[in-house]
Amino acid sequence: MRHIISVLMENEAGALSRVVGLFAQRNYNIETLTVAPTEDPTLSRLTLTTFGNDRVIEQITKQLNKLIEVVKLVDLTEGDHIERELMLIKVKAVGNQRAEVLRNVEIFRAQVVDVSSTVYTVQLVGSSKKLDAFIEVIEAANVLEVVRTGVSGISRGEKVLSL
Amino acid sequence: MELLSGADMVVRSLADEGVEYIYGYPGGALLHIYDAIFQQDKVQHILVRHEQAATHMADAYARATGKPGVVLVTSGPGATNAVTGIATAYMDSIPMVIISGQVMSHLIGEDAFQECDMVGVTRPVVKHNMSIKSPEEIPMALKKAFYIASTGRPGPVVVDIPKDMTTPTDRFEYSYPETVKLRSYNPVSRGHSGQIKKAVELLLNAKRPVILVGGGAISANASDLVTELAQKLNYPVINTLMGLGAYPGTDRQFLGMPGMHGSVEANMAMHHSDMILNLGSRLDDRITNATEKFCPTAKLVHVDIDPSSISKTVAADVPIVGPLDSIVTEMLKLVKASKIELDTEAHDAWWQQIEEWRGRHGGRYRTDDSEQMKPQQVVETLCKVTKGDAYVCSDVGQHQMFAAQYYKFNKPRRWINSGGLGTMGFGLPAAMGVKLNFPDEEVVCITGEGSIQMNIQELSTCSQYDLPVKVVCLNNQSLGMVRQWQDLNYESRHSQSYMKSLPDFVKLVESYGHVGMEVTKLEDLESTLEEAFAMKDRLVFINVHVDPFEHVYPMQVPKASMRDMWLSKTERT
Ligand SMILES: Cc1ncc(C[n+]2csc(CCOP(=O)(O)OP(=O)(O)O)c2C)c(N)n1
Ligand SMILES: [Mg+2]
Repeated sequence: MRHIISVLMENEAGALSRVVGLFAQRNYNIETLTVAPTEDPTLSRLTLTTFGNDRVIEQITKQLNKLIEVVKLVDLTEGDHIERELMLIKVKAVGNQRAEVLRNVEIFRAQVVDVSSTVYTVQLVGSSKKLDAFIEVIEAANVLEVVRTGVSGISRGEKVLSL
Repeated sequence: MELLSGADMVVRSLADEGVEYIYGYPGGALLHIYDAIFQQDKVQHILVRHEQAATHMADAYARATGKPGVVLVTSGPGATNAVTGIATAYMDSIPMVIISGQVMSHLIGEDAFQECDMVGVTRPVVKHNMSIKSPEEIPMALKKAFYIASTGRPGPVVVDIPKDMTTPTDRFEYSYPETVKLRSYNPVSRGHSGQIKKAVELLLNAKRPVILVGGGAISANASDLVTELAQKLNYPVINTLMGLGAYPGTDRQFLGMPGMHGSVEANMAMHHSDMILNLGSRLDDRITNATEKFCPTAKLVHVDIDPSSISKTVAADVPIVGPLDSIVTEMLKLVKASKIELDTEAHDAWWQQIEEWRGRHGGRYRTDDSEQMKPQQVVETLCKVTKGDAYVCSDVGQHQMFAAQYYKFNKPRRWINSGGLGTMGFGLPAAMGVKLNFPDEEVVCITGEGSIQMNIQELSTCSQYDLPVKVVCLNNQSLGMVRQWQDLNYESRHSQSYMKSLPDFVKLVESYGHVGMEVTKLEDLESTLEEAFAMKDRLVFINVHVDPFEHVYPMQVPKASMRDMWLSKTERT
């Protein structure tokens, strides 16, 4: 099963490589990874998505928790949560295609953020599934470039992950 | 406040931490620090002949005392030479602080002379590591390093120090912090009482219980508590390779070691038990054999300081995270206060069954299939001559397993071996580390002619610092453990497992100023050992010629359950 693990950690040189190294060392997979400082510049928030059965996920969370720089972590998929990913995608847009692309942009509530005579650059925010779906409706031959940020997530309601 | 250079701060911090000995080897990146060492006399430096030996000396000191050992190595090759020893300590959860020199900050990343990314190289084999960015950080960084290395599940910590952090002319205010607190690191300080209660109920209601004691019990200094608990209940006890000595090896309730070369009674009892109280064993593959066939009828209580060790290989029914000493103390209290009556009838039947298993093999080995001495005989005689009370530091191979099986350890921290990584070359430097710190104790290195040659250069260090250890080399003229597997799985095709061109060990050790002895006949064994141990202040190397064809038994059948064992070259359970 797919899990979104959200990690609060010290914003220190080397902390990120420790997380990434752990996954390589212990043969866990990382599907996506995003990391940036939080409102407190001494802390970073790292979100990763991974696949594994319950035993593997339990080991992943335990091993992450063992890293000295990790302050706290949560497996967001264990509760209600919001998941977002941002995608920038360059789509071939000539002739009839231009209107077709714009229609899909509207349906998906995406935005065209850059235009040239043959290309639309589209920005889309949503769950990873929604991003996948957009890529699917733009036929493969028309997709020129895809850049995705990887998943960020936060739990719903009062629950917060903080010091 | 005092003004000190970074180099002085390194040495002063060690002194203020109470460090007596550091083990190391100098080089360019460390010259300022070595100059600071020269100008003080609180911290003694031991100069090894290879950095790997420095790490094993520090490691063995830690195993014998529970306190972190300290290593000092230079950048580049000095640092990489230490990696095997760091990994050895990591796998066995041994507290250690390794200070590595680094090239000047402004050269980092430029492939400078003797530059190596030590923080990167050691990342997977340390509990933590860090590099110094400004000299003022040094005292706090070292305090943190000692704190992290020695608390929670212990392990090695590397502190990488660029040379310009130690410039003698740059001075800073020095004070050594008394305590340290890390918001992201808080080892568990006690076990969950609800879980402990559940565990004790299972324990008291068990009909076929076993208590499995691992290295965690030794690391938590909980041997006495574990022994009291087991004896109060009259339950059978099994010590893992890392737990030998935690429960007395000569006691009737002791069944031996579990796993690949465990005793018949230990493996049988675990397999057929209905409840296992696992105190600080991480149940690795050398114990469990095939995990899906592991102890099918047992409820598993797993006590460990490291949550990730629990349910990693085998799912625990009652997991308890926390310090073993306080958890066993609480268990003892509950056991003493409990009204649950033990099922003594079931326990009598269980003991009867165990005695039957014990009688089936009971550590016997054949002596009639060879003219030559058996390695098991050597270990048994050594145990007799040293009254079972020596510090025994082992290398890795068949001799290690024979030592674990036939030397009866009654005290914790006396059996010092590389269990997790299985590092050949560990034995001699380990013995040196123990002898240096316990000069009045008998310290033996049990080794093979293969392993000893991996760090034999340390005989020179032994001369320099006067370290009269006894080296007992079970010389089978082969990489015996490799050869055994080749006998069993490769139709005795002994690919590269022979040892040709061995040195004349007696002459070799004599050239370092030590004493060498040769034993070829069993009737000379005991008297030669007596003679060797009578030479209190000499290093004696006893080269014992043993049967090159002997195998270690019992041996678990691969991919099977714990009870499936070869008992000799021809018999199976
Ligand atoms: C550094 C290292 N290299 C290789 C091995 C693999 N290995 C395990 S036991 C063994 C043979 C050890 O030979 P020896 O020291 O003579 O001991 P014996 O088994 O003969 O008693 C080898 C090569 C190891 N454990 N460590
Ligand atoms: Mg050998």
